[in-house]
Amino acid sequence: MLLEKLLVGDQDAFRVLVGRYHNSLVRVARYHVDSDAAAEDVAQDTWVAVLRGVHRFEGRSSFKTWLFKILVNRSRTAGSRDRRQVSVDPTSVEPAVAPSRFDAAGAWTDPPTPFDDLVSAHLDDAVVVRAIRDAVRELPEPQQAVVTLRDVEGLSTYEVSALLGLTEGNVRVILHRGRAKVRAALEGAVRGGLS
Amino acid sequence: MSVLTRDVSCREAVELVTDYLEGALSARERRSLERHLGKCDGCAGYLEQVRAVVVVTGAVGPEDLDPETMAGLVQLYEQYKADT
Repeated sequence: MLLEKLLVGDQDAFRVLVGRYHNSLVRVARYHVDSDAAAEDVAQDTWVAVLRGVHRFEGRSSFKTWLFKILVNRSRTAGSRDRRQVSVDPTSVEPAVAPSRFDAAGAWTDPPTPFDDLVSAHLDDAVVVRAIRDAVRELPEPQQAVVTLRDVEGLSTYEVSALLGLTEGNVRVILHRGRAKVRAALEGAVRGGLS
Repeated sequence: MSVLTRDVSCREAVELVTDYLEGALSARERRSLERHLGKCDGCAGYLEQVRAVVVVTGAVGPEDLDPETMAGLVQLYEQYKADT
């Protein structure tokens, strides 16, 4: 529907798509190129490519997958640097939970504060929204690109691995570390007095 | 001793959560984790937290585009239309 409107030159349809996806495009572009300015340029080029190509989009993949594929192709031709080789060391010490929360035997001394109900009840709460967005924005690369594609945009691990040129195993390792940080931030916000 | 042959500790269990949710654990690892989750409220709570984070991160979405960037992109769009 939006794409049909875009095809007939509806500026509002363009604004909706840009408003929804541009920030995620910039994030993922930033994984491939070496500056924020270059990432912004790649995201802009992507929108021009969308306008040029939307009449050829056949809906075999989702619009989202198509959009991010264009972005990754534009990132590569931008040529700021070749797709970087991300080395992921699964044994490196980056624990999901602060070691101080376990005793010497590895059992919880400070167990998680349950927040599933609390969070869904407060989904519109500015505190939750801000905690999540800030946490994702502050993730280092490549966690930011992986969390953006997998959790913010909801692409599959297979799609994320293909877009970023990573193995699915490495996507999971990176996702694990990124999610752990977002979880810690949200728990911090919940403990900070949502209730 | 390996994680596979004895009960996992809480500290180890939290490191298996993403692979568990992604369906990437071996059958043995999965059984071992599920046995632990069945008797550990802390780790069961941790798993629920991570599930909630995934749902909420998707629901919250990316931050709103700032008006200046939006204006620049709309200009790009008008330029494209004028040129074609």
